[in-house]
Amino acid sequence: MVSRRIIPCLDVRDGKVVKGVKFRDHRILGDILEFARRYRDQGADELVFYDIAASAEGRVVSRDWVGDTARLLDIPFCVAGGIRSVDDAREVLHAGADKISINSPALENPRLITDLATAFGSQCVVVGIDSLAEDGDYWVYQYTGSEVKVRSTRRRTLDWIKDVQKFGAGEIVLNCMSNDGVGQGYDLAQLKAARALSHVPLIASGGAGKPEHFEQVFRETGVEGALAAGVFHRGEIMIADLKKRLAESGIEVRQ
Amino acid sequence: MIAIVDTGGANLTSVVNALGRLGVAGSIDELLTSDPLKIKSASHVFLPGVGAAGDAMARLEKSKLGDCLRGLKQPVLGICLGMQILFDRSDEGAVDCLKIMPGRVSRIQAVPGLSVPHMGWNRIRIEKQAKCPLLEGIPDESFFYFIHSFVAPPGKHVVATSRHGGRFPAVVQKDNVFGVQFHPERSSEAGAALLRNFLEL
Repeated sequence: MVSRRIIPCLDVRDGKVVKGVKFRDHRILGDILEFARRYRDQGADELVFYDIAASAEGRVVSRDWVGDTARLLDIPFCVAGGIRSVDDAREVLHAGADKISINSPALENPRLITDLATAFGSQCVVVGIDSLAEDGDYWVYQYTGSEVKVRSTRRRTLDWIKDVQKFGAGEIVLNCMSNDGVGQGYDLAQLKAARALSHVPLIASGGAGKPEHFEQVFRETGVEGALAAGVFHRGEIMIADLKKRLAESGIEVRQ
Repeated sequence: MIAIVDTGGANLTSVVNALGRLGVAGSIDELLTSDPLKIKSASHVFLPGVGAAGDAMARLEKSKLGDCLRGLKQPVLGICLGMQILFDRSDEGAVDCLKIMPGRVSRIQAVPGLSVPHMGWNRIRIEKQAKCPLLEGIPDESFFYFIHSFVAPPGKHVVATSRHGGRFPAVVQKDNVFGVQFHPERSSEAGAALLRNFLEL
């Protein structure tokens, strides 16, 4: 059986790892390579590298950081940030990324998902979805990397999850914005609803604060992976300890 | 000098990076090739592949590499799609492949609760009889990183299997030709050990 993945996410802005609360008020935490090395050595299953402002600023993620990080890592490496064409994606993959994650550009042009899947295979194409619980439903948000540009798309999250799979997404990362940066646990209800509609791997994001939150999200929603940033960056949870705990509770993880 | 056969696909850099970490010199531009002479004279040949079997085979045929690859005597390692195209045929694009190993590559059956692609870290089970030099020193049930939607057929060339839904071949070998369904270049220490074993052949 495929094991559950623990995925630290490096939110990057201007060459530094940052962390915000509810996608806002970003604080500088440190150097990219230092973090990448640390997570590799702690037993992370994958690393996501997310240039948070790239989309809102209309540029592609910096290739230098991608190349340097890729040389360092012997685990899968996914890059997100402002990839809006097949050529953009090719450059990022050529720099050493294994997967590319698109979010706002997929909302601007859903065909991009299909074009990327055709060019590189679905397994390379991750679609990130920023979703907010509002008015009794879940809604997709766009440009969440910018406090100025962030906006609701008035697209229902669960519809978008079905659509992106039809277009060729090979994996979905669902960022539950109401929970992000708060550390009160993943949005189990939303992830469960999303899991029921996903035949591709689904990764939970937003809300991890304690080890039990990971246990909960794997046990109760069936997601393949759990992504987190702050709890790992601040050293509140060590990945090796977390995996030991998960294994002891009967959840299959790589140790 | 090693050769990495250009099967298309944009992300062959991670293979080069992994080899670099093992002390193999050379940039992607130096190692990646479609030149039969370069491939024939290489000490070790990598057949990587990300993308679709149809595209990869079209590219190999365009460079007239089929006979070259079938005739190699040095160690050859197919990775992921590069392993799948070692077989007779693939359902992915319904194409004829290199026919180095028998059988047809087929899609993983999607059933409720089973995500396709099979993506993530999974254990391999080494067949008891297998004495594959690639797995020297690698414990049974080690984790490797998989990312694929198609699987190779069962058969006598299978050295190790993994499970996603059903069991499927994870490592195959026929003489000097090896194939791994997972990505050793992204499989942490176990992957590095496997690549090191291959380079020492």
